[in-house]
Amino acid sequence: MPYIPHTDEDVRAMQERIGIRDIDELFDEIPKELRIDSLPGVPGALTEMEVARLMAERAASDGRLLNFIGAGAYEHHIPAPVWAITTRGEFYSAYTPYQAEASQGTLQVMYEFQSMIAGLTAMDVSNASLYDGASALAEACLMAVRAHRRSKSARILVPSTVNPTWRRVARVITEGQGLMLEELPYCTEQGTTIPQSLARYAGQDITALVIQQPNFFGQLEDVDALTRWARANGAQVIAATNPVSLALLAPPGEWGEGGADIACGEAQPFGVPLSSGGPYVGFMATRMEHVRQMPGRIAGRTLDLDGKTGFTLTLQAREQHIRRGKATSNICTNQGLLMTAATIYLSLLGPVGLARVAAACVARTQELVDALTAQGGVRAAFPGPRFHEAVLLLGRPVAPVLESLAAEGIAGGYDLARDFPELGPALLVCATETRTSADIEAYAGALQRTLGRAAAA
Amino acid sequence: MKQLEPVIFELSRSGRGATAQHPPAAEAVIPARFRRRRPPLLPEVSELQAVRHYTRLSQLNYSIDTQFYPLGSCTMKYNPRACNSLAMLPEFLGRHPLAPASTGQGVLACLFELQEMLKAVTGMAAVSLTPMAGAQGEFAGVAMIRAYHRARGDLARNEIIVPDAAHGTNPATASMCGMKIREIASLGNGDMDLAALDAALSPATAGIMLTNPSTLGVFERRITEIERKVHAVGGLVYYDGANLNAILGKVRPGDMGFDVIHMNLHKTFSTPHGGGGPGSGAVGVGKRLQPFLPVPVVGRDGDLYRWLDERDLPQSIGQLSGFMGNTGVLLRAYVYMRILGAAGMRRVGEFSTLNANYLLKRLREAGFDAAYPERRASHEFIVTLRRQAREQGVTAMDFAKRLLDYGYHAPTTYFPLLVPECLLIEPTETETREELDGFVDALAAIQREAETDAAMLKAAPHTLPVRRLDDVRAAKQLDVAWKPAGA
Repeated sequence: MPYIPHTDEDVRAMQERIGIRDIDELFDEIPKELRIDSLPGVPGALTEMEVARLMAERAASDGRLLNFIGAGAYEHHIPAPVWAITTRGEFYSAYTPYQAEASQGTLQVMYEFQSMIAGLTAMDVSNASLYDGASALAEACLMAVRAHRRSKSARILVPSTVNPTWRRVARVITEGQGLMLEELPYCTEQGTTIPQSLARYAGQDITALVIQQPNFFGQLEDVDALTRWARANGAQVIAATNPVSLALLAPPGEWGEGGADIACGEAQPFGVPLSSGGPYVGFMATRMEHVRQMPGRIAGRTLDLDGKTGFTLTLQAREQHIRRGKATSNICTNQGLLMTAATIYLSLLGPVGLARVAAACVARTQELVDALTAQGGVRAAFPGPRFHEAVLLLGRPVAPVLESLAAEGIAGGYDLARDFPELGPALLVCATETRTSADIEAYAGALQRTLGRAAAA
Repeated sequence: MKQLEPVIFELSRSGRGATAQHPPAAEAVIPARFRRRRPPLLPEVSELQAVRHYTRLSQLNYSIDTQFYPLGSCTMKYNPRACNSLAMLPEFLGRHPLAPASTGQGVLACLFELQEMLKAVTGMAAVSLTPMAGAQGEFAGVAMIRAYHRARGDLARNEIIVPDAAHGTNPATASMCGMKIREIASLGNGDMDLAALDAALSPATAGIMLTNPSTLGVFERRITEIERKVHAVGGLVYYDGANLNAILGKVRPGDMGFDVIHMNLHKTFSTPHGGGGPGSGAVGVGKRLQPFLPVPVVGRDGDLYRWLDERDLPQSIGQLSGFMGNTGVLLRAYVYMRILGAAGMRRVGEFSTLNANYLLKRLREAGFDAAYPERRASHEFIVTLRRQAREQGVTAMDFAKRLLDYGYHAPTTYFPLLVPECLLIEPTETETREELDGFVDALAAIQREAETDAAMLKAAPHTLPVRRLDDVRAAKQLDVAWKPAGA
């Protein structure tokens, strides 16, 4: 019996103690007509060895592509200690640290994570993580409505340069509470939001403006001008950032003159594998004045009965298990294991290592853009400064090109046809510190062959 | 007693680093006006310092791998190591979520089969794996109920009925979906008060959220009657799968008439709790709600698997995550279900219930009071320490903290809210009889301590790295991010 330790003698003795003759008697309060005695549709048991064989075969059939896709999930080197420690049973198989005295490890990691996120974003306080970047943006929108007491409109301006999936998710999650997310257009020449496009909202009740930096195209937004507009017009600023970029780029807490009100994003780049989309780890930080409106777990440092320093969950009066229907969110847990990985990652990289990762990302992406646009018919869509992604215009439908590249073992980027048809055939590419010059040459060669075949056909 | 660790920032020295992890320096061409002026506050430590620090921190935790963890409502069963190692094969970890489906048929096959197995064990018509936690599964469920009524032009339904014993996430979720909450009472025997249900039902009823077995640790016997009453007024019936472990292979939510359910894969299907996440809250629906499932779901065209999105399911409530949910968690649940197989699924329900009833019986013999003594325990049960509180002045919290000294994680305390001084105890099927007996002995010993030295009990724990923490101070003198001295 996999994972069930009972011997026949155990079962006999336990039944006798309870006063039953058969385990089935324990289910005698369930109406008979509802009970089942088999589970058609569930296959028979396999041993660990057999499942290991099956999974190895399936993994091998997927293979490993040379990856140039970003679009919200990024391949970075993951230091060996990160998952060796994260999967220690004491982290892996513990629950939410409600019993603080027996959970000081998890609680202190939460505190350290919060400190690192606060440091990176230059905000006062961070929570101990949310599900992922997309849901973190949704929660940030809900939080802004709670935190902005003068604004009654629940209108939030969201530039269309914000990750389109995040925009969709934010809409789904906030819709029930009556938020209105209104799209701002972008400049199709520059790939950035036009600060002047905000002029028509002057004098209106706008709860918040979302700014993604770098934006979905990888381009750098004029965050100072956008933040200044929001401040001048009484709107809060929600910053959505790639946290790796914060080693180089101005942090949300310093945007404009006053900084952002809420910073959120996806911390997957900090030691979390791509893993087909999850589990990842969202983050959120804010100013001290808004901390009671922030959703999610927060660990605080305090003292025990002997005056010794220790950690505990704090500000729990915001949360569902206390406030029930009046909680700041229905969120029950954080993304504990991934937060642990991210914290270990950041401690290994430090300020110097992370700045090197960020700089390598910028440099490799420039090298990639140069290599791919050296061929006829491919050009970069936007001229301005960027972080580690770029939009390329191919002049022909992207999907077949990507299939052809995949056949050569290359994940060539993300097709923008669904969300940005106005750009024409456009491809979002990414290179991080993990891509070498040889990788980039391999991609350029494969693309040349693909486009050459298409031209000949 | 284990030593506490300094905060990692206190180990930091300028100029130190885990340099094997630093890529070579490169020049980033970024105009000055976009640049950060001061480096971020991050620690500078050697690789060994980081490894030792986090290893030591891990050792300050109680966990399933190190302690019996009878935390009611959380199903802290053994998390098989194979589930972790097989979900972490390099090809699975390295796969970008937006890579072409043609290059992910292996992982998609696992997820498709997981959908099918979850349909089979729950009796639902269709499953979406995408919600990233139980609470997000609940959100998806209530959002689907809302979308269903709207699609029928039935716009007045804005109330969700929730029993008073429900998890806090139920009312919080209903609020997030813009619903009003009608709370109804439970009877003294743990069943729902059907008169209160009748009074709450109306043309405004969108649905009811139920856990069965309930959080009181007993099976709701009149579930069919409840289902008929709610359906009769046009409402839908939601199953909170928090306690699915109790009935796995014995009775299915679909057969009980539920329209929508969420499953906590981190409970019933043994994916890790990870110190509070990642969870995974797959949802299952009956035919009526199938068009509204959150996307993406795995579909099959001939021999090829692919993700279905809004273009395939135009009435979907939409997407809930940046990609497709917690794939790595789903792979763990898949491995678990394949190793257990159909017979193993049934044994989960049987042996978790056997362990709970045995533990309850032994605790009652040791002098503890069951909250519902006339009822069978499900996979969990409630002991009330109301008598001890009255006679010895000790609380459920005191017992819980003292259990930590005996090397056991505490049961859930003060939940459900309607039973005074309660311990909600869930042993799970993966514990041995000896472990359960040891736990009974510990509680009996604590009871004797309560009678002879209540003051000692009230100051417990005594052997952990810290003693009871000042929660009031934590909330009032908020210290949630480390700052250098003088900053």
